[in-house]
Amino acid sequence: MEELTHQRIQEKLTEKFGDAILKVEEPYNLLTFTIKRESLLDILRFLYNDQELEFQFLTDITGVHFTAPEEVLGAVYHLHNLPKNIRIRLKAFFPKNDPVIDSATPVFSGANWMERETYDFFGIQFKGHPNLKRILNVDDLGYFPLRKEYALEDSTRTDKDDSLFGR
Amino acid sequence: MANIVHPPAGFDGPGFFATSLDKAVGLARKHSVWPLPFATSCCGIEFMATMGSHYDIARFGAERPSFSPRQADLLMVMGTIAKKMGPIVRQVYEQMAEPKWVMAVGACASSGGIFDTYSVLQGIDKIIPVDVYVPGCPPRPEQILDGLMKIQELVENEPLNRRNTPEYKQLLASYGIE
Repeated sequence: MEELTHQRIQEKLTEKFGDAILKVEEPYNLLTFTIKRESLLDILRFLYNDQELEFQFLTDITGVHFTAPEEVLGAVYHLHNLPKNIRIRLKAFFPKNDPVIDSATPVFSGANWMERETYDFFGIQFKGHPNLKRILNVDDLGYFPLRKEYALEDSTRTDKDDSLFGR
Repeated sequence: MANIVHPPAGFDGPGFFATSLDKAVGLARKHSVWPLPFATSCCGIEFMATMGSHYDIARFGAERPSFSPRQADLLMVMGTIAKKMGPIVRQVYEQMAEPKWVMAVGACASSGGIFDTYSVLQGIDKIIPVDVYVPGCPPRPEQILDGLMKIQELVENEPLNRRNTPEYKQLLASYGIE
């Protein structure tokens, strides 16, 4: 068994999924794949089941909202190969008016709450999630607070005079 | 000579003392305010210091911090109240028997403090009526004691029928509390 290097992981993935891998980066030595959202589940399954790769631990799922150069929402997946202690990251981007991606729950049970959190804050719809509802915020919040179009400050604040804050 | 509480104004003679019921009840209530500490964060820690031997909140008759709405007179909300915690604070308030007073301790309970954000209730007076606000982030134990003494003033001078007045009912109604 040869050592599992970043290059080896990249080779295996591009060989099997080719077109679905849009971009490969290594910021701060963390191997990052930008993938098409349609192939997310297949890639996760392959990474999980492959004898050599063994990415069987889902560290976290989170969301990201970029407003420039173009407005996109994204889902970010952090995977960990526990036996060899290697981490990789998957990113999938989609337009804000169609924030749908397959749920990772068929592969990782732990994705359940992570996806609920990501839905709670970014409004990303995870198709096939067994119970997609808010998990941290109040149910009647009415918006997705970590999206960039919403003000950071609470709209019900009454004691703030803008002139005192240089605005 | 110990500093003892003086009797209220009244007529005294050999073997009797006459005063108004308001004053007698006010005096008794004032020196037995049982607080319900609703402590969620740093202000709660500061209150624990206030309960300790050095500051000794027990000197004010607040000897029994009641961690239940039963027999509690004073709801002390200390710390950040998230919007998710709001209904619970309100429920605790509603479960307390009249007469009851509320003290918002620290910037968060008073106005949301530095947490001007989507998840935090911007002051508990959005959901329940508040009698005394204690500023500070967090306030020192002395300030909490000062707040308690302000509450004592209110308790001492409250007319017995205040809780039955239309104004008070209107105040509760404005918060949607029955």
